[in-house]
Amino acid sequence: MSNAPLATGASRDMVSSVATPAAKSDFAARFRANSEYVVIPLIALLIAAALFAVFLLAIGKSPVDFVSYVWRGGFGTSFSLQNTLQRSAPLILTALAVAIPARIGLIMIGGEGALVLGGFASAVLAIPMLGRVPPMPTLILMAIFAMAVGGFWVGIAGFLRYARGVNETISSLLLTYIGIAIMNFFVEGSLRDLSDPNKPSTKPLGKEYMVGVIPGTEVHWGIVFGVLLCIGLYILMTRTTFGFAARVTGGNFRAALAQGLPVGRLIVACSAIAGACAGLAGFFEVAAIQGRANASLAAGYGFTGILVAFLARQNPLAIPPVAILFGGLVASGGLIQRRMGLPDATVLVLQGLIFVVLLTSETLYGRFSIFKPRAERDRT
Amino acid sequence: MNEPAVLTVLIAMLGGAIRVSTPFMFVSLGECLTEKSGRVNLGLEGTLVLGAMVAYAFSYHTGSPWIGVLAAGVAGSALGAMHGSICGLPRVNDVAVGIAMMLFGVGVAFFFGKPYIQPEAPRLGSIPLGFWSDSASLKSALQVNPLFFIGIALALMIAWSLRNTRWGLVVRTVGDSAAAARAMGISVNFVRLMTTTLGGFLAGIGGAFLSLSYPGSWNQGLSSGQGLMAVALVIFARWDPLRCIAAALLFGAAGAIGPSLQSIGITQGYYFFNAAPYILTLGIMIATSSAKHSARDMPGELSIAK
Repeated sequence: MSNAPLATGASRDMVSSVATPAAKSDFAARFRANSEYVVIPLIALLIAAALFAVFLLAIGKSPVDFVSYVWRGGFGTSFSLQNTLQRSAPLILTALAVAIPARIGLIMIGGEGALVLGGFASAVLAIPMLGRVPPMPTLILMAIFAMAVGGFWVGIAGFLRYARGVNETISSLLLTYIGIAIMNFFVEGSLRDLSDPNKPSTKPLGKEYMVGVIPGTEVHWGIVFGVLLCIGLYILMTRTTFGFAARVTGGNFRAALAQGLPVGRLIVACSAIAGACAGLAGFFEVAAIQGRANASLAAGYGFTGILVAFLARQNPLAIPPVAILFGGLVASGGLIQRRMGLPDATVLVLQGLIFVVLLTSETLYGRFSIFKPRAERDRT
Repeated sequence: MNEPAVLTVLIAMLGGAIRVSTPFMFVSLGECLTEKSGRVNLGLEGTLVLGAMVAYAFSYHTGSPWIGVLAAGVAGSALGAMHGSICGLPRVNDVAVGIAMMLFGVGVAFFFGKPYIQPEAPRLGSIPLGFWSDSASLKSALQVNPLFFIGIALALMIAWSLRNTRWGLVVRTVGDSAAAARAMGISVNFVRLMTTTLGGFLAGIGGAFLSLSYPGSWNQGLSSGQGLMAVALVIFARWDPLRCIAAALLFGAAGAIGPSLQSIGITQGYYFFNAAPYILTLGIMIATSSAKHSARDMPGELSIAK
């Protein structure tokens, strides 16, 4: 049964190479085939939205109100749009933390843990440097340290996968819980800033040690780094031998082994890159938003990032727009809660629904003849 | 305090192991059944949380905690049936759907659970098995919930029927070789749908224990990974319902370390001991997996440990 899609794919290639003589129609065929990867997720989004509308109607709320509040709270005004961009920065980075391992065939969901530990590590590193080292080198060192810690953390899951065959999905989620526990252990214990009695936190960075905003906006630099990383990692995964080797390993593990590819190193490297992205997200949450490390670091960005990555079909270039869409949804959560009297988990329900419908739509690929080359359609 | 501190800790750990292990037991039994048929449901964490919420709500409205337990089972089987039917479609990845179901279940539970955080719902009573002892701490440790015994009985029943009934053979065949099962005229998807639904039912009951017995209230931090650890526990138990019970007790004891040490006044490292079950799970997964060959006694169709 699992061979069926492969077989149609092969025959499609064969037919198109024989039956399409001109380069123009080759482009048309490629456009046709690739538009499938945009249309089907969009259909899934629409179906999920329709189901959610039915859900809202069933509990006596208006879907139209919901849409207008998401628009107002997430995109409509300059303030809300900036808030959305602010929130999409960690989503871009945590989505990369899912998309890169996906290329090598791993379902890694440890972004939340790497974000929390990376952010915490950078806040701790800053404590002895505050007031002694100028802000710029401090921030650079903090970012590097956050990426190193995040990379190490998810790298563990990759290493265990390769060396011991431990399921990476389970181990990366377990590492998330362990990471959050480690942060709580120190934040409520030896590293707690006793001058703040309200919420256990590390020592605040202070205004001059915070990441600034993009000139003319209220948005911090995280989103710029996120988009640059998406472009850089896209090039790494599609235009370099490293990326090629990683995709071969993801496509057929045994073939990669037989070719003598260093699969162990590739798996650990992809996992470490993933963790470094999430760790960087943690750095920006600490150094641009919170100003300190505390329990609010575990705000669920790592989990929303999983959905963003799947909706972007693990393609780094598709991640930023999807992340902005979900950043807006997350940002409008407060407004929806206040104005419509819905619990804050409403956004979680919608996200879960989108995720489930999206994965169900995987079954639709290759089923619509409109996406197939004309020659093949004529035959079938 | 007239007992030595070590004894206090051990008694508290015994009581804790019995209490903490019960949800592990139900979730791992459910997952064991599902995995026996060759499919993985990683969404049981969501099922556990939804089960806890539904049980609390029904117990609050009807005044009967046992109706709550039943409702939790029904809610769990709904989620299980959803997972089972989606994964029956071609080209759908069961691990990814599990992650989605986890987020969905938790979202739905938090959405509908908000009004139930404050009110007090009637809890499940427990059986005082420590009546023979004079020690107050032993008495409180041996307040055992009936669900604990129901879980053990279920494990025995599942183990027996997997081995000795026609249905058990069908489930094992589907799990070991879908091709062989199809050749016998068995509908692979239907069998997996049934085992996933039943697995969801059991996981929902595990959730009911969380909110109606121990810790015994509904809030959003009720479960943090128990459902997931139970999935890992099945690998450790090598897909045997009886070993699932033993493994659940071990995990329960690990989870009880933190609270037991607290009972004699050691609060240092509370968060570290809270992390103990996760670290134990990871350690066990490292110890029992192997890169060279698949895990012992693993159903042949399973994608999780390949």
